[in-house]
Amino acid sequence: MTSDDVAIHAQGLHKSFGDLEVLKSVDLTVRTGEVVVIMGPSGAGKTTLLRCLNLLEEPDAGSITVRGRTVNCAGPRHSRNRRRLIRDIRVRTAMVFQQFNLFPHMTALQNVIEGPIHVRRLPRPYAIEVGERLLARVGLTDKRDEHPARLSGGQKQRVAIARALAMEPEVILFDEPTSALDPELRAEVLQAIKNLAAHGMTMVIVTHEIAFAREVADRVVFMDKGYILEEQSPSVFFSNPANTRIRSFLRLMSDSGPHPELEEAS
Amino acid sequence: MDLLAQSVPILLKGMAITIFLGVTSFVLGFWLGGLIALARISRFALLKALAIVYVSVFRGTPLLIQIMLVYFGLPQLGIQLSPVPSAILTFTLYSAAYLSENFRGGILAVEKGQWEAAGSMGMTYSRTLRRVVFPQALRIATPAIGNRFIALMKDTSLASVVTVVELTRVAESVGSSTFRYVEAFVVAGAVYWLINSVLSVGQELLERRMGRAYA
Ligand SMILES: Nc1ncnc2c1ncn2[C@@H]1O[C@H](COP(=O)(O)OP(=O)(O)OP(=O)(O)O)[C@@H](O)[C@H]1O
Ligand SMILES: [Mg+2]
Repeated sequence: MTSDDVAIHAQGLHKSFGDLEVLKSVDLTVRTGEVVVIMGPSGAGKTTLLRCLNLLEEPDAGSITVRGRTVNCAGPRHSRNRRRLIRDIRVRTAMVFQQFNLFPHMTALQNVIEGPIHVRRLPRPYAIEVGERLLARVGLTDKRDEHPARLSGGQKQRVAIARALAMEPEVILFDEPTSALDPELRAEVLQAIKNLAAHGMTMVIVTHEIAFAREVADRVVFMDKGYILEEQSPSVFFSNPANTRIRSFLRLMSDSGPHPELEEAS
Repeated sequence: MDLLAQSVPILLKGMAITIFLGVTSFVLGFWLGGLIALARISRFALLKALAIVYVSVFRGTPLLIQIMLVYFGLPQLGIQLSPVPSAILTFTLYSAAYLSENFRGGILAVEKGQWEAAGSMGMTYSRTLRRVVFPQALRIATPAIGNRFIALMKDTSLASVVTVVELTRVAESVGSSTFRYVEAFVVAGAVYWLINSVLSVGQELLERRMGRAYA
């Protein structure tokens, strides 16, 4: 595996909030073009891991490498160079949030071109052209000039996906992209993500959607209590999991859908 | 009534000065208040402390004392200001303290997810403020800011004590020269009320427009 094949390499990540140790030495490597699905019970640290990969949260220890650029979390905290490096990594690792987090004062298109114009410094006409193409790609051409308040949850999340794509990131990180959606709106978002997978987009996806994960994942990572317990191909993971924790987790998931309060009890 | 009718031009002039004081101080206070709010939320402890002290002093002392201190006190330090600039300076400093708190409230009310969405795409702090946070904070703070403007309009009457010939001072002098105090002050009060009614309508329209802006 040459370094060119690696989109993200995270090594020895630790993260605590006060006394609570949420990540306890996590290593994760994501190859270019790979779709990694992260599963695990509530509180396992899945969101925290994603946020650390984007450096929205700074790990207490460990290192993160994106396209040959490494941030070492033990280094000095507030230098100018470090801030620039962190921004650089954030540009390359786009986030799609559970709550969408679209900018409410901007239209769908403005949301999509905000990063290209004000972070990537692309010329406005070009950004608009790309933005329109991306909205078309998620099936929202006709919503171009609507504000988020006028969009359904599924449409909002698809705008958020277009906004992520507009950064031309190395990898897109999804944190439960369908959890805030009514069941009947989930399919359109999952379909949009599957389309990205078909086009070879590198993605890390936290999700509870088992059927979706089975279909889209190249690898399933199971997290529990701040550790990665298992990394498997989806066929093995779902059909023949070695670990009893995973077996009981899957049983609960298929019985009752995502029920965080039940999962913790297992 | 004749005597009062003769006073109309000078009353109008007083009204113009009142509006000038109020609008100028509000605009200047708006920008200064914005800067103070930035200092207040900054991660630099010194800036933050300065902002806290500033707000605490200007909110915690009577406006009348601030006005007199600036007008009568600054000359003692060798700074001579004529009445109108000195009043504008005081009103600006004073309203900036209140406005900065309105801005801060607006900024804090913007969802954390907005900062995160901007940050996660590599946007810098200052650009996130300008592009994402301020537009939303301003909208949230609009009612409070409008109320501040109206309060300031009334506060400008205190400039009369440092010889600024604004509405209140005009009413006072008309009253004393005609001995028609009741009429003079009622008219002056009515003019303040009129000015602020116009401001209220403007505020209402602005709030309604901002409410629509997101839809
Ligand atoms: N900013 C924070 N401050 C304090 N504690 C936090 C913070 N963020 C997360 N935690 C705690 O860290 C633990 C892991 O949280 P995390 O959100 O990463 O879990 P998760 O695996 O994403 O769970 P879920 O499936 O419920 O989303 C939880 O106990 C949570 O309460
Ligand atoms: Mg989570």
